[in-house]
Parts: sequence; C-alpha cells; structure tokens
Amino acid sequence: MMGAVLELSDIGYRWPGRAAFSLTVPDLTVQRGESVLLLGESGSGKSTLLSLICGTILPDRGTVRIAGTEVSKLSARARDRFRAEQIGVIFQQFNLLPFGSVTDNILLPLRFAPQRRKRAGDGAAEAVKLCTALGLPKDIIQAKATTLSVGQQQRVAVARALIGQPPLIIADEPTSALDADSQTAFLDLLFAQTAKHQTALLMVSHDPRLGDRFDRVIRMEDIAVIERAAA
Amino acid sequence: MIFRLAIASLFARALTVGMTVLAIALSVALFLGVEKVRTGAKASFADTISGTDLIVGARSGSVQLLLYSVFRIGNATNNVTWESYQDIAARPDVEWIVPISLGDSHRQFRVMGTSSAFFEHYKYRQGRSLAVADGVLMDDLFDTVIGADVAATLGYSVDDPIVVAHGLASFTEHKDQPFRVSGILEKTGTPVDRTVIVSMEAIEAIHVDWQSGAQMPGQSTPVEVIRQMDLTPKAVTAALVGVESPLQTFALQRAINEYRQEPLLAILPGVALQELWGIVGIAETALLAVSAMVVVTALIGMMATIFSSLNERRREMAIFRAMGARPATILSMLVFEAMVMAAVGALFGLLFLYLGLIIAQPILDSAFGMWLPIDAPTLREFWVIVAVVCAGAIVSLVPALRAYRMSVADGMMVKT
Repeated sequence: MMGAVLELSDIGYRWPGRAAFSLTVPDLTVQRGESVLLLGESGSGKSTLLSLICGTILPDRGTVRIAGTEVSKLSARARDRFRAEQIGVIFQQFNLLPFGSVTDNILLPLRFAPQRRKRAGDGAAEAVKLCTALGLPKDIIQAKATTLSVGQQQRVAVARALIGQPPLIIADEPTSALDADSQTAFLDLLFAQTAKHQTALLMVSHDPRLGDRFDRVIRMEDIAVIERAAA
Repeated sequence: MIFRLAIASLFARALTVGMTVLAIALSVALFLGVEKVRTGAKASFADTISGTDLIVGARSGSVQLLLYSVFRIGNATNNVTWESYQDIAARPDVEWIVPISLGDSHRQFRVMGTSSAFFEHYKYRQGRSLAVADGVLMDDLFDTVIGADVAATLGYSVDDPIVVAHGLASFTEHKDQPFRVSGILEKTGTPVDRTVIVSMEAIEAIHVDWQSGAQMPGQSTPVEVIRQMDLTPKAVTAALVGVESPLQTFALQRAINEYRQEPLLAILPGVALQELWGIVGIAETALLAVSAMVVVTALIGMMATIFSSLNERRREMAIFRAMGARPATILSMLVFEAMVMAAVGALFGLLFLYLGLIIAQPILDSAFGMWLPIDAPTLREFWVIVAVVCAGAIVSLVPALRAYRMSVADGMMVKT
C-alpha cells in the first residue's frame, strides 16, 4: 500500500523572539515504507523541521499531515498523543532514561499511546523480540540503561521507536556517536527492521556517505529556505 | 509505570534526595518533639500536685498562691493566723489539712516548715507519695528532710549539719540552731526536690530570738531552753486541704473565701494550674510556631533541590516529551516526586521522634522530672504528616510549573 505518510506543504515558521529569522518549507513528502536521508549542516533548521513534524511546535502557516491527519489542527494534548501513536523518535545520543531498565525504556511510548499498545500486544515479549532482532544480548532486557554501551543504547532506542509499529520513524543523527563499524552494523539492523514492518524512515544527518543506503537523499537547502534578515 | 519511573529517578539521585528527606525528617521530628515536650511539660506541671482539693492562703491571686505554695516561686503577701488555720482544720468537711510555712532559705533552696501529715497527704504524678531514699523522716526538733536536688547540688548526706538563713537572699543566718539532715527524699520531678523540709515547730524555734524580722541584739536563747518552750506556730503561710467528699469542695472553698475573721483565699489546684498554663501558653504557641517554621524551611529546601535538578533533567524531560508525554505529565511527575520525598521524610521524622523519645525519656525524667509517655501515633500526628505531604506538593508546584514551561518551550529538542 502506497501513499504519503508525511506531507509538509507551504510551511512557514518564525522563531519566537527572533522576528527576523524564519524557515519556509514549500514541500516535503515521505511515502509509506520509504527511507529518506535528509542532509544538512548544523544550523540549517533541521531540529526545527523535526519539531514541526513531531508537533511540539506549530507552523505559522502551511500544513503538516502525518498518515492522513493534519497535525497542526489538533490540540496540544491531542498532538502529544498523536506523536506517541504515530512516530518513533531516535535521538543522536542519550536516548534512554538512565534510571530506567531497558524494558522500561522500550515500553515508555506505549504508556502514552493506547492504540500502539494494543498493536504491540504483549509489550514485554515484543520488547524481547525486538532486542533479539537488533542483536542485543538476551540478559540485557532487565539491565539499567546506564550500564549499556553507546551502541547498545542506540539499538535500544531503535527498539523503542519500532515497538507497536508506528508508520514513521524520525531519527536525528542516530549514528554520529558511533564509530564507522558500529555505524554500518547499526544501519543494517535499522533497515532490516523498517523493511520488515514497512515503516517509513526519515533520518537526518550531515554525513553524505550514508546516502547510498537510502531510497532517496534530499538536501536541507533544496527543500527549505532560511531567511536571516539583516538587522 | 510513570510513577515507578519517577521513584526510580528519585533513587538515581539518592544523595541529594536523601539529604532533602533527612532535612524534612529532622524538621518533622522537631515539630512532633516540641509537641510532645509541650504536652509532657503540661502534664508534668499538672502532676506537681495531686490529691489536694484546696490550697488555702492569705487573700491574693490564685496563681500567686499556687506559685508560692506549690512551686516555691514568689512570696506570700501575708500569712494565715494559727487561729484561722485551726478553725478550718476543725470543720467537719475537712478530712485532712497540712500547714506550710515558708520564708527561710538554705543556700539557694527554700526551707519549708510543715507537719508530718505533709508526707502522708502530698501526692504527685497521679497519686504517688513521697518516699525517703536515704535516712528517715524528721524525728527531732532540729531534724530536716531534704529534696533530691538539694542533696545532689550541695553534696549532703544523712547526718550532715546545715544552717538555715533568714529570708530568701540573706546573710543573716540562724547559726545558733543548726539542723541535722535526717533523710533525703527520692527524686520526684516536683519543687519538693529543691526544698529543705523542717517541722512547723522548728520554724518557730529558730525565730525565738527574732522580732519583726531582725535578731534582737545580745539575745540568744540556748537550744535547751528552746526545747522546753511552747513552739505552737503563730501563723502558717498556706495550707493544703483534703475534703471528706469531693462534693463538698466548692462549699468549703466558698466558706473559706467568705471567712469573716480574716481575708482568706481557697483555690482548686487544677483550676489555678489551668489559669497559670493560660499565661505560659503564649510562649508555648511561639515554640510551636518556630518549629513549624523549621518544617517550612525544610520544604523550601526541597523546592530549591527540585529547582536545581531541573536543568540537568532537561534531557530526561525531552525524552518523555518525544515519547508523547504531555507537559502536564511532567508537572505531575515532579509534584509526585515531591510528595514522595515529603511523605518519606515525615515518616522518618516520626521514626526519629520515637527513637529520640526512647533515648530521652529516662534522661528527661531524672533530670527534669518530666515524663514523656511513648504512645502509638495519634490522629494528630497523622494529620501532621498529611499536612507535610500536602505542603510539599504545594511547594513543589513552583519548580514543577517551571518544568512545565520548559518542556513546552524545549519540546523534544535539547541543545545541551
């Protein structure tokens, strides 16, 4: 089944407090099951774009549509719930709550997303299954998040993003804290899982060498315009 | 699950959280301790005299009469004549009467003249009688029985001689008639501990050569002669009275207050104690207010701890937000954490209170004669704990609201 899982059209966003600083995104679309690499240097507005997609900030104009729902029309409360239901998020690093166990961390989004929880079925068993699929040792599941290596932590973050099969995964430079070998292994595992579950992946990076593994590579400067008006 | 994670988060910050909980625990223990001491002091105060139905003295104020007759504080403005005393003693509704004669001192301790009936009828702490720890009660005219504190402070033992001074802070001493310590009383925790007790006759005897408060120059009656004299007292300072039936107490009090021959005052010790406690009550309230402020200070300390933890927990909040937590969830997590800290602190405070009581109970009893009972926590203590938890929740709203605003502004992105 094809169709857009993410559609941004005619987005305009002005940073609060910085009137002369704005971001416009005329069009960005990600199809269901598609993997897209978004290349951009720091300061190119990537973080703002991700916040707009996830609905923690609202655009001044334009629409953000995820899996057919117009996010910007939802209330703040509904957007938080919607994010939990539809999007798996992986950060650059420090993805996990240090005081929680691996299971706690993986099951966390299900706490806020009842439908996703239903899809996941037996959450704990699902967490174990995902951990195994991601090549994590079996006994790690009850370990404290802080006892894990950075590579292991990132894989737990992938498991957390995948659980309950949200249609879209947003990854913000998830490999930048890993060395080259781990990067490859990490991406292999990530792609294996997204392909298996038909999950769309939007990954942000500044590293163009990752490009050949994705369905599509887009550059921040091609899709977005940042205006810095002279003071 | 969120609350379990909140508790895991508290454990992860064990040191600062532990310090905060300790501060709350100590402040709650202090507050409850002050409360205990307050009620204990009140009870000990009330325990100073029991079994006495009326105290009779010259007409003055009821608190004044209570203070000088029982607590040995202040002085009588006037005495009661021996005739009036005999009149009261002869009344049919009077079961027993004990005379008290004050006015002399030994070192810093007051000397009290009384009859042997005093040892029989004076009761403290719900009907306990005085007991001799060492020696015997007065036998001879110049025998004295001293309280435990007198013996301990001045290092007296049985058979030591002591000289009584005239007045309360006087250099004039009744040197001609030295006394002998015949007995030392057990510690009671009442003013009796700080009293030198002699017989009524002894008070008369040492004043044989005195007139109008001064020794007559050159006159010194030998002890042998004094012993032959009629030493019937001319006056008493006050008298403790027991009635035949409690029903007669008010009638007797009225009769004494309306006694025509002399202006007298009869008081009910319990009522006068209440009146006295009403005066002391202001200080008591102040003490309670101060310890309540200590609890408030500890809670503000907790607020400061939560505030300072917010920055380092920005990442944690961003993770929660990215996973779909609402800012309100973050707020309620912080308030919940504060309530857990306050509740654990308050419970530890209760524990500290009981540990403190177990240690302090015998010390306070022997040093101050104050008996603090160790009872199960009452509803009052329960409400104190509830109040602390509620106050903790209210106080934590300040940093929690800040976290709320931070998590709205930060969203799931933290640039640190």
